[in-house]
Amino acid sequence: MATANIEVSETPLVLYALRRADDALILGHRLSEWCGHAPMLEEDMALSNIALDLIGQARELYTYASKVEGKDNDEDKLAYLRDVRQYRNLLLVEQPNGDFAQTLVRQFFYSAFADLYWRAMMSSRDATLAAIAAKSEKESAYHLRHASEWLIRLGDGTDESHARAQAAIDHLWSFTGEMFAVDDGERALIHAGIAVDPGPLRGRWLQTLSDVAREATLMLPQNDWMQQGGRAGRHSEHLGHLLSELQSMQRTFPGLTW
Amino acid sequence: MVTVLDDNTALRQRAWDAAASVVDPEIPVLSIADLGVLRDVALDGDHVEVAITPTYSGCPAMNMIALEIELALERAGFRGSKVRTVLSPAWTTDWMSEEGRQKLRAYGIAPPQASSSRRALFGVQAVACPQCGSENTELLSEFGSTSCKALWRCKSCREPFDYFKCH
Repeated sequence: MATANIEVSETPLVLYALRRADDALILGHRLSEWCGHAPMLEEDMALSNIALDLIGQARELYTYASKVEGKDNDEDKLAYLRDVRQYRNLLLVEQPNGDFAQTLVRQFFYSAFADLYWRAMMSSRDATLAAIAAKSEKESAYHLRHASEWLIRLGDGTDESHARAQAAIDHLWSFTGEMFAVDDGERALIHAGIAVDPGPLRGRWLQTLSDVAREATLMLPQNDWMQQGGRAGRHSEHLGHLLSELQSMQRTFPGLTW
Repeated sequence: MVTVLDDNTALRQRAWDAAASVVDPEIPVLSIADLGVLRDVALDGDHVEVAITPTYSGCPAMNMIALEIELALERAGFRGSKVRTVLSPAWTTDWMSEEGRQKLRAYGIAPPQASSSRRALFGVQAVACPQCGSENTELLSEFGSTSCKALWRCKSCREPFDYFKCH
C-alpha cells in the first residue's frame, strides 16, 4: 500500500525555501542518473560530485523549511512524501538528461543563474538563508565553470557536437523564463529583504550566456515565449517518473531507515 | 570522573583534544582541527557541545565525523555530548592549518592555494606536484575522487595527483 503524502503548510517563507530545495534536489537527482554512464570516467565523477553538492544544498534548505514550518515534516518527509503537484521546482531542472549536450546545457542555464542567485542571497536579512547561500555560492562557481568549459568544447567541437549543443539550447530555452518569475508571496519576501529579486539578475545571466555562446560558436534563441508552472506545482510529465524512482523505497517500505 | 569540575579550562582542553583527535575519514592524515572543521568546544557542567562547520554542502564525511566526535568524547569520559553544525561563517580552505597543509603534501595531495578569493578560484595557475615538486602540471578534471579534490597530472614525473581545491 502506498504511503500517504504529507501536507505542508506553505507559508511564503516555507514555500520560498521549498522551491529552492526542490530545484537542487531534482537537478541533483537528474545528474545522479549519469553515475556509471557518463562518456568518460572523469566526467562521471564530475557529474556525481555536482549532484552531491546539489543534494547537500537541498538538505540544508529542506531542514530550514521544516524548522520554519514547525511541524514534524523533516527533510526526508519533504523529499520522499510529497507528490508531483506538491513539488515546486523549475520545469528546467526536471527535463530528462537527453544526450550529453542536453544535460550540459540544462546545467549551464541553471548554474549561470544559481551562481548569481546565491551570491545575491548572501545579503538576505534571514541569517540561515544567507549562510546556506554563502556555502552554495562557492559550489555553484565550480559548477558554472565546468558547464561553460563543456559548452565551448561541444559548440566549438565537431559538426555533430555543435549541432547537438545547438539543438539542446533551442529545446531548453523556453524553460528559462521561469527562473526570473515571482509571485505575490515571494514579492512580499523580496520587499522584506529576505528573498532575492531575480528580475535584476537577468541582464548579467544573459551576459554570461552570450559570452560563452560566442566562444562556443552557438546561437541564443530570440524566441521569448516561455513555459511556466513548476513553481505552482504544474509539471511536465517527466517529474512523476523521476519521483517514482526517487521515492520508491519510502513508498514501498514506509518509514524505512538505513 | 576524577577532574575537579571547577577546573574548567583543563576540562575544556581535554574535551577539545578528544574532539580534535578525530580525522577526516576520506583523508585520514588530516584531523578535523587541521581542516578547520572543528569550530568550538563548549562545556555546560560536564556536558560538551561541539560545533563543526561542513566543508561542502553534500560532503558525506560530515555525518561520520559527527559520530566519531561523540565516540571520542565518550572514550575520554564525557557523557551525552552533542555535535552542532554551524553554517556561518562558511568554511574556507583558508582555515586549514599550516601543519595540515604539510601533512597533505606528504600524503601526496597538493594543498589548496593560500587565498580562497574569487581571483584564486578562477586564477589557479601553478599547482606544484606533491611527488616531485615540479610546477609543470596540468588539470585533468575539476572534480576528483571526493568533493574537495580536483584531479591533476604532473608533466615532469608523469604522475597523476589530487589537488585539494581552494574553497
